[in-house]
Amino acid sequence: MYNGNKLSPVLKGVLVAGFLFLYLPIVSLIVYSFNASKLVTVWGGFSTRWYVSLFHNEQILSAVGLSIRIALASATAAVVLGTVAGFVLARFKRFRGSTLFAGMMTAPMVMPEVITGLSMLLLFISMQQLFGQPSERGFFTIWVGHTTLCMAYVAVVVRSRLIEIDKTLEDAAMDLGARPLKIFFVITLPLISQAIASGFLLSITLSLDDLVTTAFLSGPGSTTLPQVIFSKVRLGLNPEINALATITVLIVGIMVVAANYLMLNAQRNREKAIAAAMRENENAQAGPPSSAVSSASA
Amino acid sequence: MMEAVAAAAPVQTGVQAHNTPYLQISGIFKKFGDNVAVDHVDLDIRQHEIFALLGSSGCGKSTLLRMLAGMERPTSGRIVLDGQDITHLAPYDRPINMMFQSYALFPHMSVEQNIAFGLKQDKLPKGEIESRVAEMLDLVQMRKYAHRKPYQLSGGQQQRVALARSLAKRPKLLLLDEPLGALDKKLRQQTQLELVNTLEKVGVTCIMVTHDQEEAMTMATRIGIMSEGQLLQVGTPGEIYDYPNCRFTAEFIGETNLLTGMVSVDEPDHVEIDVPELEGRIWIDHGITGPKGMQVWTSIRPEDVRLDRKPPATPGVNSARGTVVEIAYLGSYSVYHVRLPSGKVIKSMVPSSRWYEAGEEAPTWDETVYVSWRPDLPVVMTR
Repeated sequence: MYNGNKLSPVLKGVLVAGFLFLYLPIVSLIVYSFNASKLVTVWGGFSTRWYVSLFHNEQILSAVGLSIRIALASATAAVVLGTVAGFVLARFKRFRGSTLFAGMMTAPMVMPEVITGLSMLLLFISMQQLFGQPSERGFFTIWVGHTTLCMAYVAVVVRSRLIEIDKTLEDAAMDLGARPLKIFFVITLPLISQAIASGFLLSITLSLDDLVTTAFLSGPGSTTLPQVIFSKVRLGLNPEINALATITVLIVGIMVVAANYLMLNAQRNREKAIAAAMRENENAQAGPPSSAVSSASA
Repeated sequence: MMEAVAAAAPVQTGVQAHNTPYLQISGIFKKFGDNVAVDHVDLDIRQHEIFALLGSSGCGKSTLLRMLAGMERPTSGRIVLDGQDITHLAPYDRPINMMFQSYALFPHMSVEQNIAFGLKQDKLPKGEIESRVAEMLDLVQMRKYAHRKPYQLSGGQQQRVALARSLAKRPKLLLLDEPLGALDKKLRQQTQLELVNTLEKVGVTCIMVTHDQEEAMTMATRIGIMSEGQLLQVGTPGEIYDYPNCRFTAEFIGETNLLTGMVSVDEPDHVEIDVPELEGRIWIDHGITGPKGMQVWTSIRPEDVRLDRKPPATPGVNSARGTVVEIAYLGSYSVYHVRLPSGKVIKSMVPSSRWYEAGEEAPTWDETVYVSWRPDLPVVMTR
C-alpha cells in the first residue's frame, strides 16, 4: 500500500471495472441458479428446483463421480512420477541428455493440448491394433493423458522447492549413517511435503476441468463433468448447469479458505515460538557472561 | 633444507615414536576436471589430537575434509583410519562424523530427534538410544531444549546441538568444517574454549578446517597450512609461528617483515646474507643448509625488531636507518612503520613501557630512527 498516496478516482474506476469483468459473470450465474423460470435470462422468482433436479440427473452425477475418480487417480500418479522427475532435475549432477530430459519433462505444459490429445489418441489406437490393449478408450486412457499433463506441473513445483533446500541436510544424514533411499524418505520427503501437497491440489484442478485432452481420450460411457457441461451448454443454456456451477464455486471457495486458514495458523504458531525463543535467549545472555565457559569446564 | 625444520623435526619424531599414526592420509590427490584441488597430501594424525587445516578459501582444505567424510572420492591416494582402509568406503559406512559449517540440523526434527538420528541408523536398542541422547544433551547443556525445533534456537545453541549430534555415534574421527564460522565474533571467542573443553572431555580425534588463524592457534594441538592444494607445513602453533618453513606460512600466520637476499658467507657456525633492501647484511649466529650464492628469504617478526634513536654498534649488519611513516598506537604496544632509503617498510612492535623506562619521548612521524634485531631471531627460508 502506498502511504499517504490515495488511489485517484480514475484508477479506482479501472480497478472496479476489472473486478466486475472478472466476477460479475460468476455472480450472475449464482443468482440465476436460484431462478424459478426455465429461461435463463428472465427472472421468475426464487426457487431451489434446479438443485433438486440436479441431484436426480443420473448423467451429471455419474460424470461428477468419474471426474473425481480420474482427478484423484491422475493427481496421485502425477505426484509420484513428478516428484521423482523433480528430484532428478534438482539433485543429479549433469548427466548425458539431462537438458533433453528437462525439456521433455516440461513439454506437456507448453505443448498445445490438441496436439498432446491427438498424438495420444493415435498412440492408443495403434496400440489397440498391435496388442489389443487398451481395448477401449475410457477411464484408463483419460487417466494416462491427465497424468502426463499434471506430472509436468508437479515436477516443476518439486524441483524449485528442492533447489531451495540446503543440500548439506542430505549430506549430514548420509554422514550419520543413512543410505540414499532412506534419506529421501526421512529427510527430503518431509521437507518437500508442502510442495507435493500443492502439486497434488494443482493436479486435481487441472484434471477436473480439462476438456481438450479428455475429448480425444474418452470413449462411449466415459463422459467427464466438463464434457457434460460443454455438451449441455451447446444445446442451449440450462439452469441445472448454473446450479452445478454454484456448487462447484462453493466447494472451491471453502477449500481455498480452509487451506489459507491452516497455513496462516501454522505460520502464526511458528512466529510465536520463534519470538518466545528469542526472549529466552536475551534473558540467558543477560546473565553472567562466563557461565557457559565455567560450567563447561566444571 | 633449512635450519627451521631441522630444529622442529626432533620434536615431531620424538612424539611420533610413541604413537603410531591413528589416521594416515597418503598421497591424496583430487582433480575436478582440469583443476587440481588437493595435490598429493601426506598427513599423519595421532589419536586424541585436535588438528586444524588452515588456509584461505579455495586452498583445498574443504575438499580434503569432504574426502575424509566420503562425500568426494580422491582421484588417487589412500586413507587409513585405525588400521582400516576407508578410501573407498561410502560416507554412511565410515566411523567418521562431521559437524557442518551451516550445522545442517534437520528442521523438521526436534533437538532430541536430531541427536538420535545417527543412533537410529545403527539400529541401537531404544533404551540405549535414549541414554546416549541424554548423555549428549548433558554434555552440551541442552537438556532444557530437548523438545525444541532448530529454528527456535540461537546460533550458539544450534552449534552445540550440531556438535552433540556429530558426537552421539562416538566416531573414531570427528570432522569440523569451520566450526564457529556461522557465529559472530564476540560469541566465537567464548565458544572456542567451550568447544575445546567438550572435545577434550570426550577425547575424540578431531580434524577441523578453518580460515581463521586465531581459531586454529587457540583450538588445535597441531596445525597444517594449506595453499593451492598443497600441505605446506605441519606443526604445533608455536613451531608454525616461530619456524615458518616458507614465505606463505610466514606471511599467513601473524605479521612479519620479509626480506629477500643472497647467501654471501656460509660457515657452520654463522651465515651472512646480503640484502639489497637493507643496503646491508643480515648476520645469523648459526649455520643453514644452503650453498653460497643461493637466494633466500628472511622473516623477522615485528616484535623482534628493536627501535632506537641512536645508531647501533655495528652499522650495516642486522640493522638499518629509516624514517617513521606510520604509528599505530594499540595501548600496551605500538606498531611503527619505518621506511628505509630503499623504500622498503619495516614494521616494529614496541612496548609502550620502552620509552618510559628509557626516560625518552616516543619517536614521532618523520623522525629518523634505527631498526635492529638479535642475530638469533631471523628465520631463513628457501622457498
